[in-house]
Amino acid sequence: MFWFSISLTIVAVIVTLVFGLNLGVDFKGGSVLELEFSPSAGGGIPEVEAVQKSLSEFKEISIASSGTNGLIIRTVELSEQGHQAILSQLKATFPSSGLVEKRFDSVGPLIGNELKSKSITAIILVLFGVIIYIAIVFRKLSRVLPGWAMGLAAIIALAHDVVIPTGMFALLGHFYGIEVSAVFVAAALTVLGYSVSDTVVVFDRVRENVLKGGVKEGFGAVVHKSIMQTLTRSLNTTFTTLLSLVAIYFFGGESIKYFALAMIMGIFLGAYSSIFVASPLLVWWNKRDQADR
Amino acid sequence: MLFAFVYPQGINRGIDYLSGKNIPLGFHVPNVPFRLGLDLLGGTHLVYQADLSKSDNKSDAMQGVRDVIERRVNFFGVAEPLVQISGSDRLIVELAGISDVSQAIQLIGATPFLEFKETKSDTQAILDAQQKGQRLNEDPLQSTGLNGKHLKRASVTFGQQTYQPQISLELTSEGAKLFAAITKKNLGKIVAIYLDGVPISTPVVQSEITDGSAVITGKFTPNEAKLLATRLNSGALPVPISLVSQQTIGASLGAESLSKSLKAGVYGLILVALFMILFYRLPGVVSVLALGIYVVIVLTFYKLIGVTLTLAGIAGFILSLGMAVDANVLIFARMREELRAGKSIRASMHEGFSRAWLSVRDSHVTTLIGAFVLYTFTTSIVKGFALTLGIGVLTSLFTAIVVTRTLLNLFSGQRFENKKWLF
Repeated sequence: MFWFSISLTIVAVIVTLVFGLNLGVDFKGGSVLELEFSPSAGGGIPEVEAVQKSLSEFKEISIASSGTNGLIIRTVELSEQGHQAILSQLKATFPSSGLVEKRFDSVGPLIGNELKSKSITAIILVLFGVIIYIAIVFRKLSRVLPGWAMGLAAIIALAHDVVIPTGMFALLGHFYGIEVSAVFVAAALTVLGYSVSDTVVVFDRVRENVLKGGVKEGFGAVVHKSIMQTLTRSLNTTFTTLLSLVAIYFFGGESIKYFALAMIMGIFLGAYSSIFVASPLLVWWNKRDQADR
Repeated sequence: MLFAFVYPQGINRGIDYLSGKNIPLGFHVPNVPFRLGLDLLGGTHLVYQADLSKSDNKSDAMQGVRDVIERRVNFFGVAEPLVQISGSDRLIVELAGISDVSQAIQLIGATPFLEFKETKSDTQAILDAQQKGQRLNEDPLQSTGLNGKHLKRASVTFGQQTYQPQISLELTSEGAKLFAAITKKNLGKIVAIYLDGVPISTPVVQSEITDGSAVITGKFTPNEAKLLATRLNSGALPVPISLVSQQTIGASLGAESLSKSLKAGVYGLILVALFMILFYRLPGVVSVLALGIYVVIVLTFYKLIGVTLTLAGIAGFILSLGMAVDANVLIFARMREELRAGKSIRASMHEGFSRAWLSVRDSHVTTLIGAFVLYTFTTSIVKGFALTLGIGVLTSLFTAIVVTRTLLNLFSGQRFENKKWLF
């Protein structure tokens, strides 16, 4: 099981490195224009090729259809004049298509880079905050394990929970053009929080059992017992959370669909990793410690 | 009571119904609306970058830009526009529910940047070189330090000899002093008036002007002159700004997102409630009640604090709902364990709560750490998510420990001791 996680993580890292993430405009800078057509009598929904032809004077433009009567136009960063020029050009070429602008995002590269660095800072800070909190809360266990070892085990489990969905999104981005936007960062950070609480619940039980009964039967046995005792709770919580997320995925609409998907993967992995990654790590650490003594 | 605050429409309808049946209650619950974000309402989010490189007092200059833009935005009559400084040189403008975004952007962006420039020692040399196509990147004139922030009032007047429309500028006392010094220094030379980086009037100074009045002459129609004066009055910017980011959401998309995310929330809640009742029976019912109270408390907070609900914010809310359920699950799972070990219902309840408390606390605190970091270090979308998540987690601590416990205690009497199947 442990090897399964390790290999999956490695695959995810490789996939991310090879394909890279398909970053959305909010990270990379650029413009996205989403249009919807509601053709009146006699008019039809313009074909992608026709739109492409109509907009041929604009450089670096990519056009894709979205849904049955929508269109998404991606370009380099547009000024407001450029934005209006595209709209009026389309309205002139397809007068009876009932064109409505649904969404227009335009982000300068400067802002995009800022968001990127801010997101990374936020993730690192969360990780540090968690290590410190765990070290403080579990200091009573220090006769069995150093507090920071638990923090580290939790963090490794966390990395696992975030890296695998990231790899998944690298794949989705490569093959289906799904973009990673700022909302994805929110999802990653929530998964961090969730996964930590999952791991903490198991560790809590380990602490309780160690304080109550000591480690006469061996630390490994205590950890195993603790996992079994918290299993129902882990499964139930994961299941109820997944229920709400699945509801968001199916009913929440296009804009938060992939947020929900990232969360579903992350939450599932979070429950899995506290049992099959974080806890075995604790036991392994303890064994190594004892071999040293 | 809180429910009435959160959903006044329903209660008021009930009161109206009773009044119709001759049971006059004679009052209505005040209706405080939820504040919806741009992505649900439709609207535009603009980020401007100010060029402060030539400004001495940067925070003053930003404040000036903010005030001017705010006046300009208020001019549209949009409900609750937001104009705020972000960081040291950014300005965020949010206009909700506006139909013609491009007009708004033009009016905000077109805010004139007024500047007075004078000749420098090598002006003639640069101009000569530029005629031959050299030194094109150099500005033949230099700033005088007199600009839009020294303007008190602009009005349209007509030239006494020419009968042409012109714009009279009245400067502030500080501006008047500066202008006096400039005109004295440049007697017989050109002092150019620039608008948005383009010279619109290049008069030669005839005499020192000490009363702080200047005139822009040029080829204006009366209408152009009037528009320019209005623009100048609503504020000339102390420093130039440029639009660096724009996010516009059409009203139809907003409404669609709102109904969809509400639907997702309701379905999620129903699924979770069903699961809890099926799996935990009586405590499950209790936890669903507690969840109901939880939802009402959280929504009340949203209204009281004035949390702006965005799509991501609603996702945060649904997620915090998951946390609240988790707290209940932790407690009940523990209770059941104690029951199986043969303890009485009262004793297992007590044990369940006290033992689960550590786990509940730790898992909530770690999530709070995440929410707090997100709130402090990120911007708009993610921030809204962090805020609703944080409020949700704090409320969940309260409902799990206080509400669920109080409700469960109702069932801890002797009568229930021989009905353990309920648990």
